[in-house]
Amino acid sequence: MDWIFEVRWSPYAAGIGIGVLSWFTFLLSNKPIGCSTAFARTSGMFVRIFKGKKIGEMPYYKQFTPSIDWEWMLVLGVILGGFISARISGDFTIQAVPAMWAATFGTAPLPRILTALAGGIFLGFGARWAGGCTSGHGISGTLQLAVSSWIAAICFFVGGIASAFIIFKVIG
Amino acid sequence: MLTTLHTKKGLQLFFGFLFGILFGIFLQKGGATKYDVIVGQLLLTDFTVVKIMLSAVITGMIGIFAMKSFGWVDLHPKPGSWGSSAVGGLIFGVGFATLGYCPGTIAGAIGNGYIDAATGGIIGILIGAGLFAAIYPRLMNGILRKGDFGDITIPRLIKVPECVIVPIVVMFLVFILLALESKGM
Repeated sequence: MDWIFEVRWSPYAAGIGIGVLSWFTFLLSNKPIGCSTAFARTSGMFVRIFKGKKIGEMPYYKQFTPSIDWEWMLVLGVILGGFISARISGDFTIQAVPAMWAATFGTAPLPRILTALAGGIFLGFGARWAGGCTSGHGISGTLQLAVSSWIAAICFFVGGIASAFIIFKVIG
Repeated sequence: MLTTLHTKKGLQLFFGFLFGILFGIFLQKGGATKYDVIVGQLLLTDFTVVKIMLSAVITGMIGIFAMKSFGWVDLHPKPGSWGSSAVGGLIFGVGFATLGYCPGTIAGAIGNGYIDAATGGIIGILIGAGLFAAIYPRLMNGILRKGDFGDITIPRLIKVPECVIVPIVVMFLVFILLALESKGM
């Protein structure tokens, strides 16, 4: 059982695990794995604090009501799963600045956190524009051979690779 | 199949949570909750993310299409258009590289103890999703509909049976992984 405590698994073991997991989400819950609508729903919960019942007039939140659903619980589970896995692997670390960022942009936390904020805005905006993210389109959609997901997944990486090279090779 | 199970609301929320825990464990054990691994992938120096994704897709595809042929599961392909899938995908890509996490892996990164994910990252994603909801009325009948192709799948698009296409795609993806390994990537 030593494999449970290993710091890293082969990426193939992790990937096959996710693939088998997707069989069960389809079979037992009739749902593909996906994460980004949970963020849309949560943003609606905050908008509702300011707008109250008027949020019902916003077409987007009519489609994705600010409520806790299966996918929302899934994302909550991922936080706990990540924590459990990091703890049993001895890999849990409180860290604000990742090593690769620090090597290029320094160890100060604030620039990294502000960049994460800016990146998060693009990510949340783009995920909802494309109608899914790396899990919903990138894994669940491509495995169903959905045309929308193959296009989106390719564009995630085209945009991501181009931006990473600009950030680390041009700016950094 | 199992349609009564699918309608049990409380139980389904519990299932979602349980599946999420397992998903989080696989992401963390695979290394995908780490900024360095994700950015390394986008800089083409570390192919962990592609290896996890492609092996998940290969495994998932074989099982899902087999179960579909037995009538056990239904597909849920997302609708799309060039204006939505391609333009949104590119915007997502900018965020993917700038943040260094995606909406699923950031949840695992928070569990892993990473502060950049738990502060700026998560707040940013919520702001981004909220901004999209705010401007959605101006996009819904415009760019999001440009080049609309609906929820079509590759087998229906090219009119080739699934039992032919699935093995071809599986072999293609396995070939990519073998090519990566043979180049030591």
